[in-house]
Amino acid sequence: MTAYLLRRLVQSALILLGVSFITFFLLYVLPADPVRQIAGRAATQQTVENIRHQLGLDQPFVVQYIRYLGGLMQGDMGRSYLQKTEVASLIAARLPPTLLLMAAGIFCELVLGLTMGVIAALRRGRAADTGLMITSFVAVSAPQFLVSLLLLYVFAVRLSWFPIGGYGTFRHLVLPAVTLGILGSGWYARMMRSSMIEVLRADFIRTARAKGLTRARVILRHALPNAILPVIAMIGIDIGIFMGGVVVVESVFGWPGIGQLAWQAIQRVDIPIIMGVTLVSACAIVAGNLIADLIAPAIDPRIRIR
Amino acid sequence: MADAAVVDPRRPAGALSRLARHKLALFGLAVIVVIAAAAILAPLVAPFAPDEQNFDGLTLQGSPLPPGGTYLLGTDLLGRDLLSRIIWGARTSLIIGIAANGMALLIGTFVGVIAGYFRGWVGAVLMRFTDLMMAFPALLLAICLAAIFQPSLWIVALVIALVNWVQTARVIYTETSSLATRDFVAAERTLGASTGRILWRHILPHLVPTIIVWGTLGISTTVLLEATLSYLGVGVQPPTPSWGNIIFENQTYFQTAPWLVFVPGAAILLLALAFNLVGDALRDVLDPTLRGSDR
Repeated sequence: MTAYLLRRLVQSALILLGVSFITFFLLYVLPADPVRQIAGRAATQQTVENIRHQLGLDQPFVVQYIRYLGGLMQGDMGRSYLQKTEVASLIAARLPPTLLLMAAGIFCELVLGLTMGVIAALRRGRAADTGLMITSFVAVSAPQFLVSLLLLYVFAVRLSWFPIGGYGTFRHLVLPAVTLGILGSGWYARMMRSSMIEVLRADFIRTARAKGLTRARVILRHALPNAILPVIAMIGIDIGIFMGGVVVVESVFGWPGIGQLAWQAIQRVDIPIIMGVTLVSACAIVAGNLIADLIAPAIDPRIRIR
Repeated sequence: MADAAVVDPRRPAGALSRLARHKLALFGLAVIVVIAAAAILAPLVAPFAPDEQNFDGLTLQGSPLPPGGTYLLGTDLLGRDLLSRIIWGARTSLIIGIAANGMALLIGTFVGVIAGYFRGWVGAVLMRFTDLMMAFPALLLAICLAAIFQPSLWIVALVIALVNWVQTARVIYTETSSLATRDFVAAERTLGASTGRILWRHILPHLVPTIIVWGTLGISTTVLLEATLSYLGVGVQPPTPSWGNIIFENQTYFQTAPWLVFVPGAAILLLALAFNLVGDALRDVLDPTLRGSDR
């Protein structure tokens, strides 16, 4: 187990190194020139060269990359070109709202998805099942910006139940969290449905029924816990999809998280911020996958760690 | 699902739902055919030119016209006919959906087959690279690349392909590596067949069902991704209409003219849904590993 963990940690570190290299390389070869953005249009050639030198952008690629990695080892992610603030502190300030939003999004996704899946499995083959499965298809086919705008229009503009955007209270959180949750709920509904159907077929369910337990008790105490675990174990793998969704949802709702930070940085070619957010997201994705792989055998002993 | 043997006799309704699922696929297919026909015949079926700013396309106050009347789905902020823009936009969405997905499929299949067949270091390197791509926040990467490259239609397609081949590569890899150990491949090798011949004539045909299924489901993903990029303003650039950038152009007005957002939005949803429904049914029919299981 320790050896496995160690190997996975080394692998994860290598993956992150690769992500940092590729991102750095892509941003290095990009046609947009960050120095022009900083200097402004009126700047003379001399000013442009000075800024380029100051930022170390006149160095060869390898030198720049190694310098960046060196900083990273000491927790220094560089400074934003335009805001002059340290990227690490910018990200640290934006991380709590994003984590809150993601946690709420995962909560919505699980509540919606698992409920739909369980009901569909119990009503298998009936109209409710078909209806729920169609709903799950619609949920995974709806672009998140459209869901955001639809929820905004209905619940904020028309009904004024929730604010149009912003951050601060519980009411601000509801619409963006539901938006994030809807996409995943479709996948969870389908996984939960098949997991539940499989469990309901198992011998121990028949035994429980034969003992004379009520249907409700069999479902709640015996079937549900067994069916739900393998589905819950998928959360770790979701992180990547969430990281993407966050960019769109945060920009529509004006949620001050790292998605919005990244989006603004991309528009202004603020490379250190783009680098930082990409790396933080990649860390989250790698950690999510690692956790998913580690808890899988704990949940299902048939899966052995190799 | 497609296998009649799994019908549970105690639940005859199960067969009905199975039929319903395939009815859904037929519905999806019909949607795809209609949208594709509209896209191909755009110059014939669109009532107006997509970029014509009609002189009577705005109210006297200068706001867009709601649906109904001369302009069936209303007009946009510049007085252009929304229906015509959506019909022409179907071209963009379908071209990008199919081109991007085709490229992704090609890359994914190539990487998957090579990595799955040649175990050794080639396979290891390719699969580690695939793992690496999995760790990228895909949408963030796509937005970043698209924003930087001042996108044209083909650049957008390329960007989408570059972030989307990974899933296919993993699935194809798993299948190829199990095929590579099968007896018929060993037999072929003993007979002296070249590697190219084994891959092309014996491995690839076995992968066709998987490629078809992932190809269909993948179009849905690429359509959604294109819409998202265009909605953010980094995808297909106006005045070329795409369903995403129609929403991008008009969203500031969406409180007073919601149809400008929700009609193209519905088109995106419908197309993505159609490909998902068809892809899912194809998986039921074509994927032997799912036969007998009830998802």
